[in-house]
Amino acid sequence: MLELYLPVIWAVLIAVAVAMYVILDGFDLGIGILFPTARQEPERDQMMNSVAPFWDGNETWLVLGGGGLWVAFPKAYAVIMPAFYLPVIVMLLALIFRGVSFEFRFVSKPRHRLWDVAFFAGSTIAAFAQGIILGGLIQGVTVVDGRFAGGPFDWATPFALLAGIGMVAGYALLGATWLIAKTDGPLAARARGQARALLILVLLFIAAVSLWTPLGFERIAARWFSTPNIYFLWPVPLVTAALAWLVWRSLAAGREVLPFIGVVGLFVLSYLGLAISTFPYLVPPTLTVWDTAAVPDSQIFTLIGTVIMLPIILGYFVFVFWTFRAKVSAGAEGGYH
Amino acid sequence: MELDAVILSRLQFAFTVAFHIIFPTFTIGLSAFIATLLVMWRSTGLERYRDLARFWTRIFAVSFAMGVVSGIVLSYQFGTNWSRFSEVVGNVVGPLIGYEVLTAFFLEATFLGVMLFGWNRVPPWLHVLSAILVAVGTLASSFWIISANSWMQYPAGHVVRDGIAYPADWIAAIFNPTFGWRLVHMVTAAYLTTSFVVLAVGARYLLAGRHAEHARTMLKMGTAMAAVLAPLQLVIGDQHGLDVARYQPAKLAAIEGHWDSAEPAPLVLFALPNEAAERNEAAISIPNGASLIITHSLDGRFAGLKDFPVEDRPPVALPFFAFRLMVGIGLVMIALALWGAWLWWRGRLESTTPFLRLAALSWPAGFIAILAGWTVAEVGRQPWVATGILRTAEAASPVAAGAVAATLVLFVVVYAIVFAAGILYMNRLINSGPGAGRGEVEGVATRPISAAEGAGRRILGGG
Repeated sequence: MLELYLPVIWAVLIAVAVAMYVILDGFDLGIGILFPTARQEPERDQMMNSVAPFWDGNETWLVLGGGGLWVAFPKAYAVIMPAFYLPVIVMLLALIFRGVSFEFRFVSKPRHRLWDVAFFAGSTIAAFAQGIILGGLIQGVTVVDGRFAGGPFDWATPFALLAGIGMVAGYALLGATWLIAKTDGPLAARARGQARALLILVLLFIAAVSLWTPLGFERIAARWFSTPNIYFLWPVPLVTAALAWLVWRSLAAGREVLPFIGVVGLFVLSYLGLAISTFPYLVPPTLTVWDTAAVPDSQIFTLIGTVIMLPIILGYFVFVFWTFRAKVSAGAEGGYH
Repeated sequence: MELDAVILSRLQFAFTVAFHIIFPTFTIGLSAFIATLLVMWRSTGLERYRDLARFWTRIFAVSFAMGVVSGIVLSYQFGTNWSRFSEVVGNVVGPLIGYEVLTAFFLEATFLGVMLFGWNRVPPWLHVLSAILVAVGTLASSFWIISANSWMQYPAGHVVRDGIAYPADWIAAIFNPTFGWRLVHMVTAAYLTTSFVVLAVGARYLLAGRHAEHARTMLKMGTAMAAVLAPLQLVIGDQHGLDVARYQPAKLAAIEGHWDSAEPAPLVLFALPNEAAERNEAAISIPNGASLIITHSLDGRFAGLKDFPVEDRPPVALPFFAFRLMVGIGLVMIALALWGAWLWWRGRLESTTPFLRLAALSWPAGFIAILAGWTVAEVGRQPWVATGILRTAEAASPVAAGAVAATLVLFVVVYAIVFAAGILYMNRLINSGPGAGRGEVEGVATRPISAAEGAGRRILGGG
C-alpha cells in the first residue's frame, strides 16, 4: 500500500513546491523581464526594491522542487536532468546573473548599467529556459532501460519554443500585476497598461498550448476527451476563462491587489491543466511516479521532515510578506544599502 | 567519448564547487560575527558595534548572494552531470540534502530579508533574532552538507542491493563515522577564516589611520577569535586525521606519501611522489615521524599505497601537496594569532606595525587553506564517488561530451565575470569603511577621517 500512495503524495508535494516557485519567483523574474521598460533610475530602484527582500526565499522553492525530485524520485531526476542538460545549465547561469544583480547593482552605483542589463537578461533567459524545460517534458523524453537515451538538443522543438516564450509572457504578467499591487506613482500606472496587453498575449499562449497538446499528443487527447474524464474536466477551461475576465475587469476598475491574485489563479489553473494532462507520468511517455519512486523508507524519512517543516516555512513567508507589506515608492530608502 | 564526458564533468564540478565553497565558508563565519555585533550593540548601546554590524552586513549581502546562486548550481549538477550517482546513492544521500533545504535554506533565505531590510522596519529584538537565525541556518546547512559528504567518504547505515544503496539505519547514515570531526573541522575553519578577514580589515584601517575606533574593535575581536581557534584547529585536524587513518587508509597513505607498510613511516615534509615507480623523489623527511603521529608509536606501521591495488588508489600528488599547503598555512595562522595575543597582553597590539602589516595581508589565508583541505578530502576519496559503492568514472550522466565542454566554458566565463565583480565590490565596500553610506564610496580615502566618518554618520542618522 505504501508503494502505491507514497509516490502520489510526493508527486503532489513536488507539484506544490514547483507551483510555489513558479508563482513566487515568477513575479521576481517578471520584474526583471519588464526592467527595460522603466526609463528612469528611481523607477528601476523602485522595481527592484519591491522584490529585494523576497527573491532569495522565493528562489529557494526551486531548490526544494529539484531536491524533492531527487529525494522522492531519484530515477526521474536521473533522466530529466541529463535530458534537459543545456536548458538547465543555461537557466542556472541566468539565475546567477539575476541573483547577483540585486546586490551588485546597488554597490556599483553609479556605474551599474551592466547589472541593469544582467538583471533583465538573466531574468528573461531563466524564464525562457524554464518554459523550454516544461514544454520539453510535456512533449516527452527518450528513455531506454530507465535511462535517458536521447541527444543534447531533443528538447528543441517548436512546441518547446512556444512554451518558452509563453513562460516569459506569463512571468511578465505576474510581474506587472505585482508592481500594481506593491508600487505607486507612474510606475504602477504604466504596469497597469502593460498588464492588459500581457493578459491578452498570455491568453493566446494558453489557448495555443491547450489546442496543441491534445492535437499533437494522443495520450493527452485521451486524458481529456475520453469518458468519464470529460464530465469532470470540462469546467477547467471555463473557470480559466472566467478568471481571465475577472483579471481584465479588475485591471480596468483600478483594483490594486485583485489583478495579482487573479493572475496567480490563472497560473494555478494552467498548471493544474498540465498536471491533468501528464499524471501519472513523471517522465512522459514512459516513466510514472511509481516507476521512479525512491524506496518507502527514504520517502517516509523525508516526508516526516516535510510535514513538520512545510507549515513553518509557510509561516516564514507569511511573516516576511507581512513585514514588507508596505508599497515601495520611488526614491524610498532601500534598507541597508 | 564516454571518458571525455566524465573528465569534463569532473573538471566542471571541481570548478563550480571550489568557487562555491569560498562564499558559504565566509558567510557561516560572518553571519555569526554580525549576530554577535548586533547583540553587543543592543546590550551596550555602543554605536561602533552598530556601525560595524551595518558595514559587515553590506559585505555579507554580496557574499551571500554569490553563495546562493553558486550553490543552486551544485544541487542541480548532481542530476545534470552525475545522474548515475543520483540514482545509485539517491535513496540515502538525497534525503540528507532534502533536510538541508527544509531546515536550513528557507530559514536563511527568509530571515536574510529581515536582517538586510528590517533595520528600521521590525522591532530591535526581531532584527537581532533574524541575524541569529541566519547564522543558525548557515550552521544547519553545513551540518547536512558535511553529513552527506562524510557519507560519501565512508558510507554507513545502508545496504547495497543490485548495485543500489538503500537506507537501513538513518541515525547511522547521518552520524556516519567520519562526520563528527569533519564537521567540527569545517565549521572551525569557517569561523577561523572569517576571523582573519576581520583581523585583516582592522589592521588595514589602523595602518591607513582610518576608522581608528572601529579598527581597534575589529583587530581585538579578530585576534581573540584567531588566538583561540587557530591552535584549537590543529588539535581538531589531528583528531580528524585519525578518522581518516582508520576509515580511509588509502587517502592517508596518499597524504603522507607513504608507499610501503613494511617500514615505519617517516614524516615527509617535502617530496615529489612518483606514482609510476611507487616511491618519493627528492624527499625531505623526519624518520618515523608519521608513525608517531598516526600510531602514537615510533615503530608503528600503517598501510602504504602499495597495499592497495593500483585501480583503488587515489592520485597521490594532489592530496600530498594540498595537505602540506593547508598545514603550512595553518601553522602560519597559529603563529600570527599567538603573536597578536602576546602583543595584546603587552599592550602593543595596535602599535606594532610589522604585526599589522602581516595581519593586513592575512585575509586570504583561511580561504586558501579551505580550498587545499577540500582538495585533500575530495581527491583523496578517489577513485570512488561513494567509497566502495560507486566509482566516479561510473557515476556520470549519459550526456554528450560536447555539451559538457560547452557548459564548462560557459561556467568559466560566467564565474570569472561574476566572481571577479563580486570580489571587486566587496573590496570597494571594505575601502569605503564602516559608517560610510553609499554616496561615500567615491574618494573617501583622500578625505580627512573625521569628515568622512562624520558624513557617514549623518547619512546613517538620516536613513
